[in-house]
Amino acid sequence: MTTNIPHADDRISIQTDDFNIQDEVNALENNNLIDGAVVTFCGRVRNQNLGANVKGLTLEHYPGMTEKSLQNIINTARKKWNIGRVTVIHRVGKLLIGEQIVFVGVTSKHRGDAFSANEFIMDFLKINAPFWKKELTDEGEKWLDAKESDTNKAKLWNEQDGSQHN
Amino acid sequence: MSELHTIKVSFFAALREQLNCDELQLPITNALTVDQAKQQIIALNPTWEAALSNESLFTAVNHDIVESDFIINPSDELAFFPPVTGG
Repeated sequence: MTTNIPHADDRISIQTDDFNIQDEVNALENNNLIDGAVVTFCGRVRNQNLGANVKGLTLEHYPGMTEKSLQNIINTARKKWNIGRVTVIHRVGKLLIGEQIVFVGVTSKHRGDAFSANEFIMDFLKINAPFWKKELTDEGEKWLDAKESDTNKAKLWNEQDGSQHN
Repeated sequence: MSELHTIKVSFFAALREQLNCDELQLPITNALTVDQAKQQIIALNPTWEAALSNESLFTAVNHDIVESDFIINPSDELAFFPPVTGG
């Protein structure tokens, strides 16, 4: 079993409500004078997917496992890079086109660590965290299929350092 | 140990809809593998065989992804679900 001790500077939130990026950046920066870099990523609902017109989507997750999975990913990132604060927010429930779905924010002393850790966290969130999207399109509702490109993207990190990530 | 226990089994997303079931209690008397638990679930619900035999399904025990030979103990929490699509 994996150890799952959260770092004091980790924030993981699974929520139905929207989030405010500026508030999240402020929280990453507030009383944090040792980190000069703040890297943020925000994912939103697109209006097109595989040729279908998307009206919105419903996000389901596995409460308990979701938080544990995200904590594992952050813990792995902390071993690989020298990073300060980490925030991961993922929304669940019904979302409309253009709405924010996911936020990842990472701080570090210099930009390289925060850039890499942010991308790493998103890549493994995509393939390991138990979320599922059901799209509402002109043709009806449909569960999305997982993309091989996401699996391949995450595998690149393993090839880089020859180790396995969970 | 031969006492009767139940383990909670959860299903998510497309699999939950295919089975029309989000959760069940599986009675077990001894530790067993994930694959044995799946066979017991199918024995109790024969119409679920095709959906549960899908090789792309993931299995989690106590919120960690495991392989089919992983041993489940009474009081563990088991879940089956399709590949994830968040982010």
